[in-house]
Amino acid sequence: MEIFGSNQTEFNHPAQNPTHSSAFIFFHKKTSKMSGSSNLVAMKKVVQQLRFEASINRVKVSQAAADLQQFCMQNALQDPLLTGVSSSTNPFRPQKVCSFL
Amino acid sequence: MRSPLIPEMATQEVQLNETLVHLKTESETLKSKLEEERAKLHDVELHQVAEKVEGLGQFVMKTRRTLKGHGNKVLCMDWCKDKRRIVSSSQDGKVIVWDAFTTNKEHAVTMPCTWVMACAYAPSGCAVACGGLDNKCSVYPLSLDKNENLAAKKKSVAMHTNYLSACSFTNSDMQILTSSGDGTCALWDVESGQLLQSFHGHAADVLCLDLAPSETGNTFVSGGCDKKANVWDMRSGQCIQSFETHESDINSVRYYPSGDAFASGSDDATCRLYDLRADREVAIYSKESIIFGVSSVDFSLSGRLLFAGYNDYTINVWDVLKGTRVSILFGHENRVSTLRVSPDGTAFCTGSWDHTLRIWA
Repeated sequence: MEIFGSNQTEFNHPAQNPTHSSAFIFFHKKTSKMSGSSNLVAMKKVVQQLRFEASINRVKVSQAAADLQQFCMQNALQDPLLTGVSSSTNPFRPQKVCSFL
Repeated sequence: MRSPLIPEMATQEVQLNETLVHLKTESETLKSKLEEERAKLHDVELHQVAEKVEGLGQFVMKTRRTLKGHGNKVLCMDWCKDKRRIVSSSQDGKVIVWDAFTTNKEHAVTMPCTWVMACAYAPSGCAVACGGLDNKCSVYPLSLDKNENLAAKKKSVAMHTNYLSACSFTNSDMQILTSSGDGTCALWDVESGQLLQSFHGHAADVLCLDLAPSETGNTFVSGGCDKKANVWDMRSGQCIQSFETHESDINSVRYYPSGDAFASGSDDATCRLYDLRADREVAIYSKESIIFGVSSVDFSLSGRLLFAGYNDYTINVWDVLKGTRVSILFGHENRVSTLRVSPDGTAFCTGSWDHTLRIWA
């Protein structure tokens, strides 16, 4: 497993849970830098990858969107969270019942 | 100005620089060509196509179960295929297996490290995998004997050079896919611990991954701190598609149920939908009032609803087709860190920094 540059992860152990206003990162996610010596090899790989990605077949968004929509419609009735399955059939909805065996 | 002692070295250095410049130019040209090709097919927006679709009514979703028992932040959870068991992992190193119907704890393991950021249930239901700051992914077979010490049977499968951020079994108990802070993903054989394939391409920590629905073939998507979501071929190790439209770390990725698209959640407070056949982002789920990062996303069974957990303690439910928010759910008392819809789609579970898990339906 190669490490991309130095990728030390420092983390802060928060003494308390973070407050609503402080959006601090709970551990430091560093962006790594490419190691200098293999710049050429790395660039060649980037170009190769871009050539590959440029060559794939794509469909129009209108077609792709229509297909996504069709899938939703076709499966809508089988989606319990969408249709709101009644309490009798959803195992999570009824309250816990204690029964004597 | 240096004057090299050997003239050939000077020529070689010049050639090297020329080639590098040439490659850089080619990469820029290819990038613009890629943008051009993608733009050509951008003839309409998803929500425009969905204008004629009936709007969704009011949703009444409440917490139906609260799972209490973790001593610190819940970081990850996964459902068992039996639709009732759940495995969860926490900052304090504990991994717990619950029966979500009864809220009973069935198993508990203490890991040798803190911040167990990843956990997954095996398809058979007979084992769980977990890992975190120990840089490893370990598999624990679940025993029916409550007295048996699970830790004794632990098997170390994956070894990364930085923290484990996510793990998932493939179609069987035999292979595990992992992602790591070391910038790579990897596929491992559980029995031997052998590395089967590694996936290089992210320029920073990889934070999440999701396997394509089995009918769609051997691919998976990963998201990272480099703001990229990459789609990979599991057999060749090649990155087949890459998307970079988020403005910050991607914390969660999840395939649309048909396998033709995937959603992502990011620290930039948005969720986005990327269509694989159109090869572009087709929807953004955001509101000006939502300013906190998204930690986790998942679809309902039909793909019409997208559930997203946020760092502002809430869950927003989005209409995937229309791009609008249909519901906002309150209940957790700290960040929502993980969210998964149950295998039969009857409920979804969230884990939070408030030490609890909640089942919503």
